[in-house]
Amino acid sequence: MSTAVAQPVDEVKSTPWSGGRSPFDVEYGKMMMWFFLLSDAFTFSTLLISYGALRFSAPTWPAPSLVFQSFPGLIESGAPLVFVGLMTFILIMSSVTMVLAVEAGHRNAKKEVVRWMLFTILGGFMFLGCQALEWTHLHGEGFWWGHVPTKEVMQEFFKAGIPLSQQTMTSHQFANLFFTITGFHGFHVFSGVIINIIITINVLVGTYAKRGSYLMVEKVGLYWHFVDLVWVFVFTFFYLV
Amino acid sequence: MSSETTNAHADAGHGEHETMTKKRIWRVFWILTAITCVEFTIALLIAPHLRPALHVMVNPIYIVLTLFKAYFIVAFFMHLKFEKVGLALAIIVPILFIIGLILVLTNESHYWIDLRL
Repeated sequence: MSTAVAQPVDEVKSTPWSGGRSPFDVEYGKMMMWFFLLSDAFTFSTLLISYGALRFSAPTWPAPSLVFQSFPGLIESGAPLVFVGLMTFILIMSSVTMVLAVEAGHRNAKKEVVRWMLFTILGGFMFLGCQALEWTHLHGEGFWWGHVPTKEVMQEFFKAGIPLSQQTMTSHQFANLFFTITGFHGFHVFSGVIINIIITINVLVGTYAKRGSYLMVEKVGLYWHFVDLVWVFVFTFFYLV
Repeated sequence: MSSETTNAHADAGHGEHETMTKKRIWRVFWILTAITCVEFTIALLIAPHLRPALHVMVNPIYIVLTLFKAYFIVAFFMHLKFEKVGLALAIIVPILFIIGLILVLTNESHYWIDLRL
């Protein structure tokens, strides 16, 4: 666990900062995961803050409650936020199963770790499936990178009386930002699922049982929770505000 | 090996990690779900009926609730509350740069809107 080298008894080294033991008291890989997540937080922040700046400076914006009001495959319209509510619930739930896997890892309970990891992977796939449906729905309406719906469809996403030129301009911005940011987040979910699968295989073949520690599960857990954390912000700024 | 070093190892291995029990995990889950439900209630039931003067309150409320959720995820699910203070600071303090960018760009975007109209 600790990288501290066993030192001879030395009275001078009595605080975490005077040497002799690791000040952060975490394993190297876990600390590097934290620093990676910090850098990733910066990347997502720049995306979300640019979105905020463009939206603040726009005279109008497609209303989220009008754009996102379908539950693909079930309800065509009139159900704002229901589908994204389901997506949010799935991701929070998979975060819980992930932290349960970490907890089982601390008890070296291999079978429980595998069970919770499989639930987490399932949650990840469900989220990705939902996002695919959401993208398909928006694409069907005419939104895509650099594309906006026809005049008739686009009108439905704005309050009455907004000039067409403003509708076209902000719809373009909305489409580009929405697909870029949810796409970047979805890519993180996808890589998270792949990493989770690799770790689960490692657990199954007994790599961590041999090693005596399930710390790798904890590290990949950090990444998975971060993906959930980013979604909390994406959800607020794209769907609520 | 000094007794101090042995204690540090024992702590890293057991003491601190046991603070996140199953009971606690589910409690955090219910808190996150409850906050999300509050957000939905505001968005679907309360906000559409508010007077414009009160409607400006809605977005700041969403942001505060989001920050609460972020706190619970980072502190408990990501375990940062139970790590050494030094590590927590090393992760949290650089976030000040993000706040700086938010302040600069929200300010700037108010000028852009005048340029565009």
